[in-house]
Amino acid sequence: MSVLIDNLPLLLRGFWMTLVLSVLAWIGAMVLGTVLAGLRVSPSAPLRGLGYTYVELVRNTPLTVVFFFMAFGLPQLDLALPSFFWSALLALVLYTAAFVCEAIRSGINAVPPGQAEAARALGMPFGQVLGQVVLPQAIRTVIPPLGNVWIALVKNSSIASAFAVTELTAVLSRLSNATAGALVWIGLGVALGYLVITLPSGWAVSRFERRLAVLR
Amino acid sequence: MSSLLYDIPGPKARARNRMLTAVGALVVAGLVALAVWRLAVNDQLDPDRWAVLFDARTEVPQALLRALGRTLQVAVIGMVLATVLGALLAIGRLSDRRWISRPVTVVVEFFRAVPLLLLILFSFIFIPAIGTPISPFAALLLGLVLYNMSVLAEIFRSGILSVDRGQWEAGYALGLRKSQLMATVLLPQAVRRMLPVLIAQLVVLLKDTSLGYIVTYSELLRTARGLVEFFGNTYSFQFYVAAAVIYIVVNLLISSIARLVERRTRKDGKARAAGPIGLPDETTPVVVPGGGPDRGL
Repeated sequence: MSVLIDNLPLLLRGFWMTLVLSVLAWIGAMVLGTVLAGLRVSPSAPLRGLGYTYVELVRNTPLTVVFFFMAFGLPQLDLALPSFFWSALLALVLYTAAFVCEAIRSGINAVPPGQAEAARALGMPFGQVLGQVVLPQAIRTVIPPLGNVWIALVKNSSIASAFAVTELTAVLSRLSNATAGALVWIGLGVALGYLVITLPSGWAVSRFERRLAVLR
Repeated sequence: MSSLLYDIPGPKARARNRMLTAVGALVVAGLVALAVWRLAVNDQLDPDRWAVLFDARTEVPQALLRALGRTLQVAVIGMVLATVLGALLAIGRLSDRRWISRPVTVVVEFFRAVPLLLLILFSFIFIPAIGTPISPFAALLLGLVLYNMSVLAEIFRSGILSVDRGQWEAGYALGLRKSQLMATVLLPQAVRRMLPVLIAQLVVLLKDTSLGYIVTYSELLRTARGLVEFFGNTYSFQFYVAAAVIYIVVNLLISSIARLVERRTRKDGKARAAGPIGLPDETTPVVVPGGGPDRGL
């Protein structure tokens, strides 16, 4: 137990880093993912193909490999990012965006066809149909899957520890020389750090879901 | 479905679509050009650099193939163990006895809510600390099994619960005990419906084996890194690309098998009569603190 108190500053710093990394990556992934979802349902076939290719490629690549490219591949092309934090952030954004895209697209497909048809009957062009009628409803129905993507993102951010970002999981590797008894406490402390983010997220999602549900 | 979002394009809309397509194509072409230019400037497109990947004399193709073998080995063993344990945990969680279902729930929820890398690292660091040596393979396998058995347990549980109520009632009416009902009626139907999700989970597991890199298990990624160290930085880009391509090809293969199985089960009259598949996916989203079995994430 005392090992936790001794290393509390380190743990808190790791926790903060995990939170910052996850939140920033989430914002980026939501933006990129929404754009990709828009591409995937757009009237232009090449744009649909582009969205599809991106999603299929990224979904089938391990996140560790994406991290690798950001951290070690880009410097080979003289496109190095300012620090490992940025490599980790970019890797998480690019990877998570594919899953955000898929979640939103499934939401778009779940909106009853009558909604889009009614909007079209009112003379709305594609941009308005999507932006003002379909997407607002789609986002509400996909709050649970998006919540799962967020939770997975928080857990995935742990891979940054292997790329010189001192977030929560890095605390465990840094203190790996501790005794077995101390390691149990450190492991539990790190796990608790993740639970503090993921468990309330789960509760918040189910509350939001009920409040924002579209009655049909 | 997407065609509902826009009218059949008239002359104006066609012109606008063409313009949008052109803009999109320009952006993509710009990105590709940037990539090619950076690659060319750094001599990465030099055929000699890529030839090393296919030259058997350099032992590179062999090394990559062996690495793929090790990746598949840990993935397959992990999948089998996780499936068996996951089914047991699912049954345990559905048990009527509180002293079974409560602890099982805690175990499942805990391991799902914790990053897989933390489980792998902890196994790798903690088990030697209590005096038992552990190989990187075993640490990776242990982490993968602990995590995936919990994810699969939830998949199985939702599968069992999605079996039509009438099946349960019919089973009880025939005088089956709960264990008999589970084993002979519910699990077979659940597994059948869950097969596409199970195969999709294999893709996730296969991708996650790349975490073995961090605990020095020489799977694909670690091998690529090792090759880079051996051959020098000249080839680093090529080796990473090769590793990525192998992952993508294998995963696309497994994904297409999953789709095939999904189509098969959907065509199957019995499965259709039993109602829509209760997959924990886009149509019936279930939010769970652990993050849920989101396909592929």
